Amino acid sequence: MLLALDTSTSAITVAVLGLDGGLLAEQTVIDPRATTEQLAPLIERALREADATPGDITLVAVGTGPGPFTGLRVGIVTGRSFAHARSIPVLGVPSHDAMAQQWFFGGAEGTVLVATDARRKEVYTSVYDRVAPEDEDHLIWARTAGPEVRRPQDLPEHWRGLPTLGRGPHLYPDHLPQSVGPLDVSAAALGGVALARYHVGEDQPTEPLYLRRPDAADPGRPASTLRGEGGPPAPKGRP
Amino acid sequence: MSESTPLVLGIETSCDETGVGIVHGTELLVDAVASSVEEHARFGGVVPEVASRAHLEAMVPTIERACREAGVALADLDGIAVTSGPGLAGALMVGVASAKALSLALGVPLYGVNHLASHVAVDIVEHGPLPEPTMALLVSGGHSSLLLVPDVTHDIRSLGASIDDAAGEAFDKVARVLGLPFPGGPHIDRAAQVGQITIDFPRGLTSGRDMERHRFDFSFSGLKTAVSRWVEQQQRDGRDLPVADVAASFQEAVVDVLTRKAVLACTEHDVAALQVGGGVAANSRLRAMAQERCEAAGIALRVPRPGLCTDNGAMVASLGAQMMLKARPVSALDLPADSSMPVTDVQSGLPVTVDHDHPH
Repeated sequence: MLLALDTSTSAITVAVLGLDGGLLAEQTVIDPRATTEQLAPLIERALREADATPGDITLVAVGTGPGPFTGLRVGIVTGRSFAHARSIPVLGVPSHDAMAQQWFFGGAEGTVLVATDARRKEVYTSVYDRVAPEDEDHLIWARTAGPEVRRPQDLPEHWRGLPTLGRGPHLYPDHLPQSVGPLDVSAAALGGVALARYHVGEDQPTEPLYLRRPDAADPGRPASTLRGEGGPPAPKGRP
Repeated sequence: MSESTPLVLGIETSCDETGVGIVHGTELLVDAVASSVEEHARFGGVVPEVASRAHLEAMVPTIERACREAGVALADLDGIAVTSGPGLAGALMVGVASAKALSLALGVPLYGVNHLASHVAVDIVEHGPLPEPTMALLVSGGHSSLLLVPDVTHDIRSLGASIDDAAGEAFDKVARVLGLPFPGGPHIDRAAQVGQITIDFPRGLTSGRDMERHRFDFSFSGLKTAVSRWVEQQQRDGRDLPVADVAASFQEAVVDVLTRKAVLACTEHDVAALQVGGGVAANSRLRAMAQERCEAAGIALRVPRPGLCTDNGAMVASLGAQMMLKARPVSALDLPADSSMPVTDVQSGLPVTVDHDHPH
């Protein structure tokens, strides 16, 4: 069985799938601020719903973002640690791929934009096209752009009019008017992508897709204590 | 599991060290640490996002290395312990999430423990059972605390703490003023060894009035400012900066207050053992002065080796093993990371003992 999880969008989502892709259990809560608290109990619940034990899991799939960093890391380190403890492989899936999978699996055609919340007035975006797969082992879509991060008003005009998945259109309706599909990632769809790629032997790294460098400034010279000049903000002290 | 010797893996990610330690009862098997300190050096302090990213990359490789070096398979473990606070929120979450995944995947109990209590418990693997009570002086880049410890697994009382900068933070800031690299502690210690104590810098919160209101509290912010002023005055007067002498004089002021108050706390609370822990416990002058003053007062001094004074996973494993030996309650899988966890909470989600006379 495959254990799939994603913490890159507002959903904390966990699924258990058979290796044939059949869905055995899915547990999801919408609570982006409580990933640390909620994820492990959700895994426990999904295993119970699938009537499985940790020992039944032979593959782990984890969403690699992009998404808010703190929650994203909780998901990735959970997937990596669980897999390491069971001595089984862990597969990384770009989280937008799971949204595309859900969309095209539902029968959609053409081109779709995924736009998820990147905070700071920006969105994470990817573009996908429906394709004719070589055989039934391959995915029925291909990513043609992204993932990348930018302000919604800076997206190319012809992208903004595309049918759009994710919370981007809800946050920026003026720039992204065409909300059509799922708002958040589903672990069941993520697991489906991971299995398809696993069966054709694709490399699936679990490195997080941060797309931004950490905020950190060189502190420069110490502020003068004699003249009372304000210095640049100092980094946080060590706790 | 063997009742007397649980095999426990401990995870520590509260700041910039990814620590994984394994203990067998009270025996230390391995202490593996991956540090991101060099990535922070150019910023002059720990950058939380840089630390969190480094924890994610180092977490599983450090667990792997600890097991390999200890000759332990994860399947052999009896329990997992993890620092659940206090510390940098995003950094803590990486360790807490990893510990939960291990606990769940292996089917062994999880113990979310207090970072400061772990600094006290580490001495059990170094010097044997803790005398009860023990007085603990914890001094690091984030903490300066005097703790009365009747039982490290569930009863820790805060007598005092820094009301502003932590001692290690003062070392970092003064090092910057003196043009020494981050982290400042070891560089000031080294410079001070060839310097003379020539400047009488202030001892914070030691005046008569302060000794009434802040008897066991510390303050290092005024000291840091005094050093900065002194240095700037020298530079303004066009004189060469006697770096070694300033370092020695500053260090003396910090160490004097720390040891004076720690020994006083032992005497007044009738405690026969003082343990010094935290990164600043690696300071050679602090060790020497604590030894001298404890001997004079008839107090047994316990200081773990420097590698166990700084943040590490072995200390977390040591406290976890004590929790198991004393049959303390297990943490639930919804255990949060608590960045401002009070030191009086030895374990997350349990009843709290607060010393209301000393609100820290």
